[in-house]
Parts: sequence; structure tokens; C-alpha cells
Amino acid sequence: MAKKNDIKTGFTWEYDPAPESTDHISIKKQYGLYINGKWVRPDSDKYFDTINPSNGEVLSSIAHANERDVDIAVKAARKAYTDIWGKMPGSERAKYIFRIARLMQERARELAVIECMDSGKVIREARDIDVPLACNHFFYYAGWADKLDYAFPNRKVDSLGVAGQIIPWNFPLLMAAWKIAPALAAGNTVVLKPAETTSLTALKLAEIIHDAGLPPGVVNIVTGFGDTGAAIVNHPDIDKIAFTGSTAVGKMIKRAVAGTSKKVTLELGGKSANIILDDAPLDQAVEGVVNGIFFNQGHVCCAGSRLFVQENVADKVIRLLKERMNTLVIGDPLDKNTDIGAINSAEQLKVINRYIEIGTKEGATMYQPKCVLPKTGYYCPPTLFTDMAQSNVIVKEEIFGPVLTIQTFRTIDEVIQKANNSEYGLAAGVWTDKGSRIFNLTTKLKAGVIWANTYNKFDPASPFGGYKESGFGREGGLHGLSAYVKLD
Amino acid sequence: MERLTVLKTYKLYIGGAFPRTESGRYYEPIGQKGQKLGNICLSSRKDLRNAVVAARKALGGWSERTHFNRGQILYRIAEMLETRSTQFIEEIQLQGKSEKAARQEFELAVDRLVYYAGWCDKYTQILSSVNPVASSHFNFSTVEPVGVVGVLLDERSALINLVSIIAPIIAGGNTLVVLAPESKPLSAITFAEVLNSSDLPGGVVNILTGKLSELLKHVAGHMDINAITYSEVSLEQKRTIETLAVDNLKRTREFDLDWLKKDSQGLQFIDAFQEVKTTWHPIENIGGASSTY
Repeated sequence: MAKKNDIKTGFTWEYDPAPESTDHISIKKQYGLYINGKWVRPDSDKYFDTINPSNGEVLSSIAHANERDVDIAVKAARKAYTDIWGKMPGSERAKYIFRIARLMQERARELAVIECMDSGKVIREARDIDVPLACNHFFYYAGWADKLDYAFPNRKVDSLGVAGQIIPWNFPLLMAAWKIAPALAAGNTVVLKPAETTSLTALKLAEIIHDAGLPPGVVNIVTGFGDTGAAIVNHPDIDKIAFTGSTAVGKMIKRAVAGTSKKVTLELGGKSANIILDDAPLDQAVEGVVNGIFFNQGHVCCAGSRLFVQENVADKVIRLLKERMNTLVIGDPLDKNTDIGAINSAEQLKVINRYIEIGTKEGATMYQPKCVLPKTGYYCPPTLFTDMAQSNVIVKEEIFGPVLTIQTFRTIDEVIQKANNSEYGLAAGVWTDKGSRIFNLTTKLKAGVIWANTYNKFDPASPFGGYKESGFGREGGLHGLSAYVKLD
Repeated sequence: MERLTVLKTYKLYIGGAFPRTESGRYYEPIGQKGQKLGNICLSSRKDLRNAVVAARKALGGWSERTHFNRGQILYRIAEMLETRSTQFIEEIQLQGKSEKAARQEFELAVDRLVYYAGWCDKYTQILSSVNPVASSHFNFSTVEPVGVVGVLLDERSALINLVSIIAPIIAGGNTLVVLAPESKPLSAITFAEVLNSSDLPGGVVNILTGKLSELLKHVAGHMDINAITYSEVSLEQKRTIETLAVDNLKRTREFDLDWLKKDSQGLQFIDAFQEVKTTWHPIENIGGASSTY
């Protein structure tokens, strides 16, 4: 039974289970590849299991595409590009994309429940954030399809051709939407590979795209592992690679396409700073910090994983933070009361635990609230580390889990230096009541997205992407279109 | 007796100073008529490192100048360049062009500087946006300089390629290290003297001379260069640049166009060296009142 502890009063609430029903959803026993408008068996004839990380149960069996499967998908995409999609008037493309958005909205609940089961994320977030944002992304970019000339004045705008897209497991459906919607709007066709632990909602999206009546080959979904992704990256007839994932894999991709004419956009890792100044409304800031690092179990590339607190309010902030962490409900992702769900895979849990061990060994002080984790499945309690230095491994490296490091500072110049001293530059947060301070910090922090007095907000109209080794290119908004067009 | 001419020692331009190369090495590029152009510095990897340090140091100040001020300084560069027309036209001729072609190239270079001077306080307005997000937030995107840029020039010309690439980079608030065309280095060195008398802070533009074959991999692999631009390189060189650039995810920008064309300029060359930053802030609307009037 889920519990919330109030450590100030020592009072504990117990919550009755409130699980979202899974009756109305359908997951097939086995999924093939979606190529050229048809569901096909993989050439490899190999399948792998996708499991529910909250309890270890097998959800379905997924096709493992090999090089030949990818080749067939790219050929289908090329043909669809040349024969139909590339020549179609933007206004017609727009209507197809609007249709996808609408069909997704109609099936929103099913998508949210499946996302939750396949990824371990909590239903509250899948239902209120992932799925609506994914629908809205299609709705937003649909409208751009016949207005590209307004987006790039004085330039001749052309599509690129076939886009190969590789997405991560932290926001499976949302990332598919971020990739597919602008590509289609600009007139490209797509071969998309979801992450191996979270293929289901991409396959559901394929069903929706099929129902929307998109011409065969315009969107192809090939499932599989790293080798499937490599086959996409190395395919000679791909014009564009869009990747979201780790910085290490992003670099491998960029090296693989060096010297070719393939266009690349990368949305990679981060170690984002979240900064609390002494005049900030502290309760609100603590909420923001909790949302910044524990949202989606910390499986967020822009997670506010480095907290900087001004020295004179540090004790209070840390106390408030610990109190708040004790009220977080950890457990069944499908339960509507749950705040922190399951870690996406056994492998990722191992990575997180290794970092927690490193942090402890390096001499930092660890804090975890008292909580009972479910007996099966992969879980990690919300964790914070104090007594940290800039040189600590867990301050420098991306953990991709619910682990927060806390450092203090005295002056604003000091915190700007510390925050920017990272090879990453994806996001940053600033908490202060003073407007002029906000603009000083938001101007000087080297990051692609800055949240002032808020954190982890996303919107289809808002460009997202990093500086430095957090990648290049933007997704979302007007700026997100550039990734999928050729300009003369 | 005929007066003996005083010959000029050609130097590098690093951090606003004119050193010779620390390596002590030189090379002798040959002009079109077979004459030696001079003992030109053969820059080393260490010179490059020094130049990057200077560029990094200058970045904070230059990127935080007001855009208006940057525009004034670019215009000042154009003014100073115009006053030295005779010298530049002579040098371009020495490096292989007819007088008419040299004059054309020079005049276009001045005009191009004026063009980009005018962009300095305008490009952010065009490249920025206020984003209508579906929540109670004010959300806007604007552009910021990418940082320190490494510039490798083609060998087709001596001045116009230099000016056409570095003007949009510094207009956008970046600092840079440029390797002059190996076979035509004179104009770049003389251009350094123009920059030095133009109110441009030292370190914003650093000019090296030497061999592309030697320095290419060091520019591409330098971990404190944020973007690299190149043109007219071989496929092999392109592959080397793009592979080494990955180590710190340098932005790579390849331009293959004829800079002598009047329209080889535009906002896209500024945009190529900018990063998009998006800022969010909540909008408080507790009472829920609308502003009907």
C-alpha cells in the first residue's frame, strides 16, 4: 500500500490503491515491422520480448530488424518520397498530419496506459504530459506543412528526402512525435526506430498512421537494437539522421556519417543546473526542484540534476527538500497516486546504483527517504547527495535516474561559473523573485532551454535542444523546422 | 643613389598583438609572376593554441557588447579598409589577379563589411520568436553566439573569402581563429593591421598563416573551439575535419560558394554561428481577470 510520510509531524497517510484499468487496451502477442504500409515479419525472423519494468511481466514479442529489413524500409520510404509525399501539396500533407493528431487524441487513454506499462513511467505523467504533448506536436506541425515559405523568408524551401530517426526509451511516444511530425510537415518520409525496451507505443502509432490512411512507405517503423539503428545510420540512401539519446552514441553516429552529405541533428545528454537564489520563494522552488529531478524517475535528458543553492538558504532548502521527498509515493506506475514509477530496465537500474555507489565512495553524504519499494520490478528511491564538489563524478556525469547533487554558492558570478563548467548545455533552471537577476542569469547560462521559476515544461511551439555536447539542432517550434528542410 | 625600400616582416595576429610564429619556421609562397611573396610565418600547433586562448578570453567581452556597438565597430573596419585601397589592390595583384579584378574584389570586401555592420543590431529580431505555448508561461527563443570559431579558408582568393566569412561570425558576437589561404596570405596579414586600428578588441579575430595540411587536424580536434567552418576541402580532408570535430561536438559548417558573387552574403551566414536559447517564465494570473479594454 502506498504511503506518504510527514516527517515534521511524524504522521503517515496510507493510500488505497487507485490503479488505472488495463481492460480496454489491446496489445498483440507479437508485432512485426511496419514497412510500406504493411505489417511484415522481419527478414531476421528474430523477435525479442518487451517487458513491463514495474513487475517483470512480458508484454509482447517485438521484431528485431536487420540490415535487410532496414534496406527494404528505406527503399519504401524513398519510393513514397519520390512518387507521392515529396510532390504532394503542403495543404494535403497538413490534412494527413492533422488526422494523425485527431486519431491519437481519440485513443489517448489507450496510449497512456500502454506507455505506462512498457516504460515504467507513472500514469499521471503519461496521461497528462506524454500523450497530450505527442498529439499536440502533430497538431502543431500539421499547420506548418503549407506555410513553409513564411518560416524561411527569402529562401527557397525544399524537403530533404528520407529521414532516419532513432529515439530513446524515456518518452517513447513523445519522441516519436517530435521526430515524425516536423519531418512529414516538411515533406520528408521516415524510417523510425524506437528504443528496444519501449517499442509498443511507436507500433501503436503505426496503427494510427495506418488508420489515418497515409500513403504506404511515408512512415516506416523498424524495431530492434543498436545494430538496427546502425543499419539506418549507415544506409547510403538516407538523407537525414535525427537522433535522441546518449552523448556517446550521438558521437558514434556523427563519426559514422563524417564526410557524407547526410544532415544530422542530435539531442543528447545533459547535466543541467537548477539554481536557487536566496530571495526565491523557497516552497515553490523546492516543488520545482522535485519536478526537475524526479519527473519520469529522472530519466530526462534535461533533468535538473545539479542543484545549486545560495549558501544562506541552503540548510532550509535541504530540509524542505527532504520533507517533500518523504511525501513522494513510489510504486505501481499505473496507480494514479504514484509519483515515482519504475526504472525503465534492469540495465538502467544497475547504472544508477553504480553512480550512487560512486557518490558514496567519493565521500558525499547520501539521503534517501524511508520507503518500501515493490518486491518485483526495478525501482530506485529518490536520492540526494550533499557535500559535493565540482570534481565529483556524480556532479559531472549524467546519471539518468532520480539522483540529485546539491552544491552551494555565495555570489551570482560564482554560480554562473559553476553551472557553465560542464561539457553539457541542455537546460538550466533559475529561482529568484527579482526580474533583473533572472535576465542576468538566463542570459549568461550556456544552455538551450532555460526555465525561470519553473522547470521541465515542454510545448510543441517551444524549441528544445542543447548547446555544447548536449547536441545540435532544435526540436519544436519554428526553429524545429530547419532540421528537415533544404534552403537555397 | 636610389633609396633602399624597407621590407615588411609579415607576422601573425594573436590577441591583438603581432608576434612571429613561436616555432621560428617560415615558408615562401610564390606570386603569380614567380616572385617570392615573403618569409611568411609557418604557424605551429602551439600558435593555434595561443590563438584559441586569446579568442576564448575575448569572447565574454565581445559577445556582451551591445549589438549597436558591434555594428559601429564593423563599420569602422570598413572605413579603415577603404582608406588602404591602394595597398590591398596591389597585394591582391601580387597574389595573382589583374588590377581590375583586384579592385573589384577589394570594393566588394568593403561593401560586404558595411552590409554585415548593418546586420549587427537586427539579426536577433529576425531569428528570434515569442512562442505561443499552451500553458500560462511567457516563452521566447533568441539566438546567442556559438563561441569560438575555427575558420579554414579556400585558396581561390586572398581577401573576399576572409571578409565574407569572418564578418558574419563577428557580427554575431563570436570570436575566431582564421588560417589565411596558404598560397595567398598577404591580404589576411594586412587585414590584421586594419582590424588592429578599428576598435575591434584584441583576440576577437586571430589570424594565422601556414599550411592547411598541418593545422587542419589541430583546428578540427581542438576541444575549446565550438564551431569550424571550411570550404573547398578534399573529401579526405572533409572526413578528417568532421571526424575530429565530434570529440567536443563542434558545429561543422561547410560553405562552397563563390564569394565574389554579390549575393554570396545574407542572414544565413550569421545564423550558421548562432545557438537558439529558449526561456520560460510563468505568468501569474490568480484573479483570472481578462483585459477586455
